[in-house]
Amino acid sequence: MSTTLNVVTSQEYKYGFVTDIEADSVAPGLSEDVIRFISAKKGEPEWLLEFRLKAYRHWLTMTEPDWAKVNYEKPDFQRIVYYSAPKPKVAKYASMDEVDPELLRTFEKLGVPINEQASLAGVAVDVVFDSVSVTTTYKEKLATVGVIFCSFSEAVREHPELIRKYLGSVVPAADNFYAALNSAVFTDGSFVFIPKGVTCPMDLSTYFRINNKESGQFERTLIVAEEGASVSYLEGCTAPQFDTNQLHAAVVELVALDQASIKYSTVQNWYAGDKNGLGGIFNFVTKRGLCKGKGSHISWTQVETGSAITWKYPSCILLGDDSIGEFYSVALTNHKQQADTGTKMVHIGKNTKSTIISKGISAGDSSNSYRGLVKIQPRAEGARNFSQCDSMLIGHTCSASTFPYLEVQNRSAKVEHEATTSKIGEEQLFYFQQRGIPAEEAISMIINGFCKDVFRELPMEFAVEATKLLSLKLEGSVG
Amino acid sequence: MLSIKNLTASINGTPVLKGIDLEIRAGEIHAIMGPNGSGKSTLGKVLAGHPSYEVTGGEVLFEGKNLFEMEADARARAGIFMGFQHPIEVPGVSNASFLRLAYNKKAEAEGRDELDPLEFDDFIHGKIKVVAMRSEFLDRSLNEGFSGGEKKRNEILQMAVLEPKLAILDELDSGLDIDALRVLGDAVNTLQRADRALLIITHFPRILEIIQPQFVHVLSGGRILKSSGKELALELEERGYDWVLAEAAAGGAR
Repeated sequence: MSTTLNVVTSQEYKYGFVTDIEADSVAPGLSEDVIRFISAKKGEPEWLLEFRLKAYRHWLTMTEPDWAKVNYEKPDFQRIVYYSAPKPKVAKYASMDEVDPELLRTFEKLGVPINEQASLAGVAVDVVFDSVSVTTTYKEKLATVGVIFCSFSEAVREHPELIRKYLGSVVPAADNFYAALNSAVFTDGSFVFIPKGVTCPMDLSTYFRINNKESGQFERTLIVAEEGASVSYLEGCTAPQFDTNQLHAAVVELVALDQASIKYSTVQNWYAGDKNGLGGIFNFVTKRGLCKGKGSHISWTQVETGSAITWKYPSCILLGDDSIGEFYSVALTNHKQQADTGTKMVHIGKNTKSTIISKGISAGDSSNSYRGLVKIQPRAEGARNFSQCDSMLIGHTCSASTFPYLEVQNRSAKVEHEATTSKIGEEQLFYFQQRGIPAEEAISMIINGFCKDVFRELPMEFAVEATKLLSLKLEGSVG
Repeated sequence: MLSIKNLTASINGTPVLKGIDLEIRAGEIHAIMGPNGSGKSTLGKVLAGHPSYEVTGGEVLFEGKNLFEMEADARARAGIFMGFQHPIEVPGVSNASFLRLAYNKKAEAEGRDELDPLEFDDFIHGKIKVVAMRSEFLDRSLNEGFSGGEKKRNEILQMAVLEPKLAILDELDSGLDIDALRVLGDAVNTLQRADRALLIITHFPRILEIIQPQFVHVLSGGRILKSSGKELALELEERGYDWVLAEAAAGGAR
């Protein structure tokens, strides 16, 4: 008769379809030959091939990290397909007419504005399907103000000097196991360059789609904002529903020079596996921003709702004096999902400031951990950090953990950390219901209240999406 | 309005209500009194549809309809309100938006127009005067950081907003000083009309001097042991509960 908390979701993943499209793929497995194949496929210069091979050789000496609070069967790297591209095998479509209509329908179904005329949002989009960028919209318009926004492969061809200067400058090829793997086999991604003094006239966005069952996605994103430049960048992702796991190991590097500002927002909705934990994406991502210049500002906002396993710590290196790093995160896990996510704020410059707001929501049998490092280096005079890590539990069989690490080597630093754990229990729901509010709406209102501090950092359209997404993900959590 | 017949209920398999009979008609004010652990609060929660309690027998009709066929939120929209003894805190959800959603859910159910935020703002400023609440409480998170008294004030504000047919007030007086009790008691009296009813759950008679019941029931061990007029409350204040229990025990032995 009554509503009880029970942790069975009825909501199906609505992006789980597969596009039946002929793909140009390399056989599964990883070797120097495969890397040479990818590099040749993309017509890369010798130095980039060397970068890849060096990373690969280093990767061979590394072991997969196991310190995160996640359990999974380690991927067999010889069974992954490292290159898969929809045919025709042109690296670049001259016009939208050349794009396979099946591919266009895919993005239409996903609601991604691939067609400039049909796009209402006025957001420029780079669309990445498995290993290649399909199209980038509004490129010409952006070029008039000097903004470069294109696929990574194109950037390698058209702007090699910029790529060579910045690639690996924030996340070195040997940084960690997955970053090294990515550096060896990355296939495509986005490149953004905002020249000195330019405020990017529209939001830039990349949409990632994994389609191939065996393929891994190893994208590379590099955003450079020169002195006084600013940009807001959005990232979205989905994948079809398979009962095997797909590996997604991306690297994102941000560089902000003097007084530059980069705002990077992610809504991650990779397929999470079914309610018994079968299938889903392994999301092992390295994201790092370098506040290189004085007064520079990098802000990460992420809404993580998908993936079977999430291992992700968007970080800021606050090198420039007076630079600011921010991390706003909502991570939601349901069923058998596991997330170990957080940030690193490394204060090197004087009077650097960082803010961390993390909201973890766990439902079902999921496990949700916040892991964060705040490091104040010796010459970071006057550094300040504020961290707030809140966890919310829905039901009785999920877990939430917080692992804050703090290293302070300068006495003038001020560091504050707050943490709370709360529970949407029967009492809270009953209170809402007793006021005539149905349980589903109650949960949505409670969750949105809980995430408010993060959602208000998102661009308007993304905030609306994120709100809907969370409600959708939790639909049926209350039975 | 509310007709309870031989109601039994349990929590985690333990019987708490062991056969309650009670008739509440429109215009009436009833008080349920009794020692701690007697089942008073349980009765309120069972009527409101709390998920932890299992109804094991009996029948409850609200305006002729079987109450147990309605979910808790449907009961609320049908006009049953419960003032909580311990209202919960909800960070990030503004008091005003919560109140407006609750109001609109009820309005929708009754086929009335819903209020947009501006209309609701006018509406609610009229209501907060009734409970002498400062308007800043509307913008704060629901009950978050409210004192015990402020939470109770907020409960009665919600009652004023929803104008229920039947209000069940569970220990309204706990956590209130005498002045605040006077304000909220008066507010409840103003809301009481010929077509509405009140069920006051308390173990202190003090509140019944302000909200005066026509009927007082003593609940103990999951049963109503004695029902009488309001003079019973005064007698309980002077003599405590033991004599009622003794009398009932004697009656049972006879």
